[in-house]
Amino acid sequence: MSERQQVLFLYLASSALDAAVVGWSRYDGDQPGPTPPVTAKPTPPYATGVDALRDGWRLIQASPVQPPQPGAERRTGALQHEFVFERLVEV
Amino acid sequence: MPHDRSHLLTTAEMARFVAEGVLVFEAVVPDELNQAAIELFSQTGTADMFRPKPDSGSPLAALYPDPSPIGAVLALPAVAGILTSLVGPDPVYDHDWVHVRNPGDLVDQHLHQDAIVDTTLAFDIQLFWFPHDIAPGEGGTGYVPGSHLRVVNEFDIARYQNLVGQRDVSGPAGTVAVFHQGLWHRGRANHGTTPRWAYKIRLNPTRPQVRLWDLSDFDEVNGAPHDHIFATYQDETAAAMFRAPQPWFEHGASRLETVNRSRLWRYLTGDDAFDSDWYLTRTAGRGAIDAAVQAVSP
Repeated sequence: MSERQQVLFLYLASSALDAAVVGWSRYDGDQPGPTPPVTAKPTPPYATGVDALRDGWRLIQASPVQPPQPGAERRTGALQHEFVFERLVEV
Repeated sequence: MPHDRSHLLTTAEMARFVAEGVLVFEAVVPDELNQAAIELFSQTGTADMFRPKPDSGSPLAALYPDPSPIGAVLALPAVAGILTSLVGPDPVYDHDWVHVRNPGDLVDQHLHQDAIVDTTLAFDIQLFWFPHDIAPGEGGTGYVPGSHLRVVNEFDIARYQNLVGQRDVSGPAGTVAVFHQGLWHRGRANHGTTPRWAYKIRLNPTRPQVRLWDLSDFDEVNGAPHDHIFATYQDETAAAMFRAPQPWFEHGASRLETVNRSRLWRYLTGDDAFDSDWYLTRTAGRGAIDAAVQAVSP
């Protein structure tokens, strides 16, 4: 028996871990095929980041809260509140 | 070039484009042109680089002379009206490409923005034409409404698999979608049984894109600069569209998106007083005070 890592990215509506999920991605080290298909009208796997904790996911990284960049204070770009979770599964 | 104003976009449609970065028009292209296109596209299939193409910079009016289903579609009054409204009557060809997703191609392309990072207010458009019915799940281009003003670079956003509110193009044969250059999108898996064809053309404007559409509803949609959700406001104005967040917006980004849409609307309308929720106006007022203070206390 050995372990493989499953990784879940949750993008939350704010820096709070109990904020609503607005986006997500999943990569599973225990699956041979392509990454899970994109869903046409997706429903988030969890309502909030805390709900992922309650389901056994371990938080391994959270985006820092960054001050706005001088000169680009009102620019939007990449999602700001990315939380990375892992779960180890036996194969 | 004279044009039929009845085919131009309305101010409400233009405001929707500014708010969401995309407009979709179903069954715009007649079936004889759709069939001719599929026959033409089938000659080169996925090897679209071998299809004869115009030079980048060619005027729209000179693209694909008769007989060509592509030229005929670009000249359709309904299509020409969309193009004129967004990039004027004299845009130039950037590039085009025929995209094919064969049945059983179940790999979703990574989410991306085309070309490279752009920061200009002036914008290109990308017109997508789907010459056959596109059922949900059969490879219609996926896109993220409201993502067009995000400053990102190409596939840097590939990590985002799912965003709440994302959509796929679907609809009857001849459906046309027009994207702001910055809209996040991706080729989608084709779970159907027939190839999915899509023709995409990118056009560059050659003039300021100011009030090029049907202005008959302009005053009603443009509203008043004091349209402010925390004071007095309207529900059907451009300001209302710009304050409405997409479901994937973070709380902190939502008002910034309102501001960025207002800036783009000012460019398109030439109305430097336009505002949604007073953000630009209050900032300009304080900026003038700052400038005056610095003038007397350098």
